[in-house]
Amino acid sequence: MGDSNIESQNTSGIDVRLDNFEGPLDLLLYLIRKDDLDIYDIPIAQITQEYLSYLDIMKELNLESVGSFLVMASTLMQIKAQMLLPSPESEENEGPDPRAELINKLLEYQRYKEAALILAGYGEKEKDIFYRAAGPEFENDDFSLTASVFDLLKSFQRVLDQAPREIGKILREEIPLEVKIREILDRLEENVSIGFAELFTPGMSRREMIVIFLALLELIRLRQISARQSEMFGEIRIFREAVVLAETSIPGEEPSPNPPTEANS
Amino acid sequence: MELNDVKKILEALLFVAEQPLPVKALEELFEKEFSKEQIETLLQDIAREYEMRGSALIMREIAGGWQFSSRPEFGPWIRKLFKERLTYKLSNSALETLSIIAYKQPITRGEIEEIRGVEVSAVLDTLMERRLVKIAGRKETIGRPLLYGTTAEFLKSFGLKRLEDLPSVESLVPPAGIEDEAKTEEPANDSLDKDAAEGSKIEDIERN
Repeated sequence: MGDSNIESQNTSGIDVRLDNFEGPLDLLLYLIRKDDLDIYDIPIAQITQEYLSYLDIMKELNLESVGSFLVMASTLMQIKAQMLLPSPESEENEGPDPRAELINKLLEYQRYKEAALILAGYGEKEKDIFYRAAGPEFENDDFSLTASVFDLLKSFQRVLDQAPREIGKILREEIPLEVKIREILDRLEENVSIGFAELFTPGMSRREMIVIFLALLELIRLRQISARQSEMFGEIRIFREAVVLAETSIPGEEPSPNPPTEANS
Repeated sequence: MELNDVKKILEALLFVAEQPLPVKALEELFEKEFSKEQIETLLQDIAREYEMRGSALIMREIAGGWQFSSRPEFGPWIRKLFKERLTYKLSNSALETLSIIAYKQPITRGEIEEIRGVEVSAVLDTLMERRLVKIAGRKETIGRPLLYGTTAEFLKSFGLKRLEDLPSVESLVPPAGIEDEAKTEEPANDSLDKDAAEGSKIEDIERN
């Protein structure tokens, strides 16, 4: 799925993104812990120096993605400079601590790290608990006709007709097809079927509607879903296909490590 | 209908359910002939019976409903049977991103990056693939960035009955009242009015 993320690919073809593992805030928290520093009173000069030495190693290793680390380095140096400058206000009124923003960020981030740790513990407790994964499949007598592509087009035309025409400027939004595909599959995860019209909500832009429609066609082609109706020209409902073809992968998605393998065919 | 019959029906329903069954859905199934409290009591009775008889199954309240699961001591056997479905443990960065999303949902990628100080798109992809995170709509700001939220699968994986059961960490308050079925489209929460902290892409505005 990572193909949307062009900036992570460097020219050498090697894609080591350090910040997929740990980021600059992690490094700062690490240094604070290592040197047993007071997070509320960080000795900026000391920590900047240590931070920069780590940055040197990263550069040495030629890690392409030190961008976020560089940004933090310049923030640190800026704070350091501000601390050195005599405050324009006199001694009794020192003005805001230049470190305050950074400290708040670190504290906030630390809390999420803590929460993540607790969550990991919860996850550990659950790791041996399993649920039934797929329910029984039913023959659906009501929606036994497969809708043709013309039925779909006609229904979509109706949806578009009801949608307001956008006038003037339009935000060119990026709506990747995969996202819509995923959304449709997700909704079918929770419901056996969705009404065709329910896929489109009033606030949607025409562009978004078109992408949803294309996603629908793609999923039908991949036989992940089917469009059915109970009578000719009747209401169309989208159903999850009972038979999941393990080898069909969704475009832009790597084969998942846990393919849904259903035995019924 | 006798309550005892209802209990048996509930047991059958839960046996086949592949998703946690919310009490509300059960109430509707019986066309409100029985109150939520009555159904809840019956469910607890069933759970207790399974427990007492030392069954290999547990009936538990999870992710907004009730569902059967196997007891943890049989986990290794189940794992052995389904070894081709093995997934990988989540990395620290994935867990941290997940916890930010869990507490601050619905949240944009830019806002997550603002907190973590790094780019998170690859991690987000992983979390989406694992179905722990889903798209929860779009934020009504410039570029209408996607909003992310957690799924029922997330609650299941971490043994949570509902989002409010998230561990409360100092000043991290679990989000209350965000229903899991917040679904797509309109952001469930308009109070996120600080401008999109879009650390990443600034979407181009174009005349059409």
